[in-house]
Amino acid sequence: MIIDYLGVKEINGSLIVLDGIKNASYEEIVDINLDNGTSRRGRIVQIDGERIVVEVFEGTRSISLNNTKTRLLGRPMEMPLSPEILGRVFNGAGKPIDGLGDIFPHKRMNINGTPINPVSRTYPHNFINTGISTIDTLITLIRGQKLPIFSGSGMRHNELAVQIIRQAKLSDDEQQNFCVVFAAMGVKNDVAEYFRKSFEDSGVLQKVVMFLNLSNDPIIERTLTPRCALTAAEYLAFEMDMHVLVIMTDITSYAEAVREFSSSKGEIPSRKGYPGYLYSDLASLYERAGMIKGHKGSVTQIPILTMPNDDITHPVPDLTGYITEGQIVLDRSLEGQGIYPPVGVLPSLSRLMKDGIGEGFTREDHAPLANQLFAAYAKVMDARLLASVIGEDELSAIDKKYLQFGREFESVFVNQGLTDNRSINDSLNLGWKLISLLPRSELDRIDDALLDKYYVNNDCE
Amino acid sequence: MDNKNVITGINGPVVTITDTDAFSMLEMVYVGDERLIGEVIDITDKKTTVQVYEDTTGLKPGDIVEGTHSPMGILLGPGIMDNIFDGIGRPLKAIEEISGAFISRGAAVSSLDENRLWNVQLCVKAGDKLSGGSIYATCEETEIIQHRCIVPPDLSGIVESVMPDGQYKVNDTVAVLKDNNGVRHNLTLCHYWPIRTPRPVKKRLPATIPLVTGQRVIDTLLPIAKGGSAAIPGGFGTGKTMTQHQLAKWCDADIIVYIGCGERGNEMSQVLSEFSELIDPKSNRPMTDRTVLIANTSNMPVAAREASIYTGITIAEYYRDMGYDVAIMADSTSRWAEALREISGRLEEMPAEEGFPAYLPSRLSEFYERAGRVKVLSGKEGSVTIIGAVSPQGADFSEPVTQNTKRFTRCFWALDKSLAYARHYPAINWMTSYSEYFSDLDNWFATNYGEDFIRLRQSVNYLLHEEDRLMEIVKLIGSDVLPDDQKLIIEVARVIRVGFLQQNAFHQEDTYVPLEKQKKMMHVIIHLYQKAKVLVSTSIPISRITQTGLFDKLTKMKYDIPNDRLDMFDDYIEQIDTALASISHI
Repeated sequence: MIIDYLGVKEINGSLIVLDGIKNASYEEIVDINLDNGTSRRGRIVQIDGERIVVEVFEGTRSISLNNTKTRLLGRPMEMPLSPEILGRVFNGAGKPIDGLGDIFPHKRMNINGTPINPVSRTYPHNFINTGISTIDTLITLIRGQKLPIFSGSGMRHNELAVQIIRQAKLSDDEQQNFCVVFAAMGVKNDVAEYFRKSFEDSGVLQKVVMFLNLSNDPIIERTLTPRCALTAAEYLAFEMDMHVLVIMTDITSYAEAVREFSSSKGEIPSRKGYPGYLYSDLASLYERAGMIKGHKGSVTQIPILTMPNDDITHPVPDLTGYITEGQIVLDRSLEGQGIYPPVGVLPSLSRLMKDGIGEGFTREDHAPLANQLFAAYAKVMDARLLASVIGEDELSAIDKKYLQFGREFESVFVNQGLTDNRSINDSLNLGWKLISLLPRSELDRIDDALLDKYYVNNDCE
Repeated sequence: MDNKNVITGINGPVVTITDTDAFSMLEMVYVGDERLIGEVIDITDKKTTVQVYEDTTGLKPGDIVEGTHSPMGILLGPGIMDNIFDGIGRPLKAIEEISGAFISRGAAVSSLDENRLWNVQLCVKAGDKLSGGSIYATCEETEIIQHRCIVPPDLSGIVESVMPDGQYKVNDTVAVLKDNNGVRHNLTLCHYWPIRTPRPVKKRLPATIPLVTGQRVIDTLLPIAKGGSAAIPGGFGTGKTMTQHQLAKWCDADIIVYIGCGERGNEMSQVLSEFSELIDPKSNRPMTDRTVLIANTSNMPVAAREASIYTGITIAEYYRDMGYDVAIMADSTSRWAEALREISGRLEEMPAEEGFPAYLPSRLSEFYERAGRVKVLSGKEGSVTIIGAVSPQGADFSEPVTQNTKRFTRCFWALDKSLAYARHYPAINWMTSYSEYFSDLDNWFATNYGEDFIRLRQSVNYLLHEEDRLMEIVKLIGSDVLPDDQKLIIEVARVIRVGFLQQNAFHQEDTYVPLEKQKKMMHVIIHLYQKAKVLVSTSIPISRITQTGLFDKLTKMKYDIPNDRLDMFDDYIEQIDTALASISHI
């Protein structure tokens, strides 16, 4: 028997409270029908006896205490899935909005997913060639990894994400099985349009599933958007054996939605008003990347987040960095110099890199070279600091060499342009060319055999 | 009361039951039709609160909560070693068999494989008097770990009958014990122990033996004792996990308990694959033979994350009671503290600092106090060493978890962002880190590696501190203006930093370095410093000394001298002497 409950007891932000509800289950989905004929969806987030708290996805505007009929649907939030979702566009809550009709589902999956058993995971070590020198050489992306881009407002993170998609696709030998899941959370319409157009231009649009929650869409839906997207990604990866690249932008907007929802529930805030469970909440998204034994597919995540005020210690980038397997940090001063992609090399990191590079994956000199480039570039920073105090002329000869290396490194290696697609060999050779600007005795991270093979002698100069 | 205990409220992992007096504090309960595992955490006359260790989606008011009349515990016996558990002690491989690659709810599996046969030797006979902790049977758990079955600590009596040696399952009775009241107890290969209760010991012993890790910066500058506790704080990307992996691989404990508490799933699969391939040099067996993994990744239920730390330490104490040296790697205790905070928030408790509950310090101290070197009930010696990673928010060491951990650990290995950025690993900052175990351990070092080990360490320490002071000046005016004796300190300190403190975990020779080699490396560096200092004092310019290439040579000696060719150090000393002599003669 289906019962409609009349009216609500309390309205607070996007939450409504109903009383006298029997048989409600936690996280169950409800339909809220308004007197004016429209209907909204909500989810039970708290149960206290017969009193339940429901978050309304589309917001509580024009809901009054007595103009609704609420119906319990008896199941948690599920996403209808079939191979036809490729090429489709959904709203943040997983409803098709491209006018092509509903999905005829093969399968319905709970959008919260379930954790992957750690013993069932395959440890990822397949290198993805993105064609971008800094990423391939220094922050190698591995299939099944979650590698976020830490950016700031006004920096070209979207271009970078698009370039990665475009170039990673080309080098993929299993092109047939490559697809993209794109989740936009609280981004502007132009940004979503930019992505759509770029997908179209590079001919992957039929391989893209888009979930759009734009900045003027309901905030509560935003907390569902990445979950719907990842459910679709898991389905494509582990049921359809595809290699899925998930782009999620912007995680900061998502976290703000979580904060708004938490505060309207009256929860005790921790840092900067974010709820204490933000770590667990973000982890429940990011941990859905990976590979599973016995399945051919993989989920690779590139979440994008804008650091408020470029502050990497802000809770959102901070907690993200603790969960993800590294990060690509964009640097505003490089951006200001017109360098693209403006990858701040020193704070960037790929944790899975060590097992996906070297002999048999990329090249035997990759790891020591990367190490040496990092160490040398760190010294460039020290030398610059010193130069800013005592002037460049007063620097020792070796420090001057470092400054020269630093300039070349930024303008040739980091800077590469939107369409330049470099092979890993090219990138490594370029790295050797640059590191050879330094005297051989400075290179303490590389052993002699490799130096003999690759070090470029500039003695003739 | 029967079956009338039903759920009335649900909020995340916290479930409440009204009007019942059926439960006791910290009792384990089963919740709902799927029998999700939970634990009673709060009781008032009106309502009882339960934290559920699994996802609560779909629970309803009216679902039954069933008590077990015993606190949350784990079954301890053979089969723990070389296994991987979730936070509440369920083997993940068994869960995989039930539910496939994704973990479903309500999987009821025992922590031990109940069907596996063990080759058991009994070591008591009828009439023997046994007390808590006595060993009554042994079996080979893995090729290197002998499992010793011990009488539960709260039991004692006289052996009434014993089964012959042979093959038994964990729940088979191998002996019968009659206690003082005449009650008979069947001794099987296993017993149950509540995870939040420390296992009793006979006596605590002073921490006078170092845990040798083969990591130079730790063994020489910041040593830890067996039975000690250490904290590794560091922002993300500074190498906490890497450091813990290195310690787990190479430290000279008999058994490693690795707790992945709220960390990455891929990291756990890395540990699994890496440790099963790595061969322990001492035993020639895979590392997994001496390792227990507890994996409660960040997306697994938060309440189970809170319990995982206790599950881990209970297992460690159990093996300690058999007379083993156990080391626990807890990665990361901050995630555990956050789990406390999350549960506390759901209980609407009054928060103290940064939303953490006021009992955070006492929980942390309770945990770290379970470390120690002890005489166990059977009279053997064993130890539990705790090495806990801390992930401070925003890499800010003043936050509550770091600060409180600092109070209860005696080693503080602070990881440094700028070292990590320059890929100087392990990124342990030698200026801000400390170890309080020096005075306890000096005796051991002096006895085993000679007094000069301590002297060399002090010289290295002195040079590093001097360098730090001089770098303040260099940062302002450049290094050119320094007098030569100070330039020498900077040069030698560079050799110490790059050639000694920095250690390459991926290099075959460098990943583990025996203490003898560590000492010889220090010796060669200090030798060079002292000889060069004499030259500098006779106004020979430092540039002449650097031209000899000795500094570069010493920087690379960690790679050039294999661990089994320590005689090569004598050549180095000779080369230093001849090279410097040739300068002074000109």
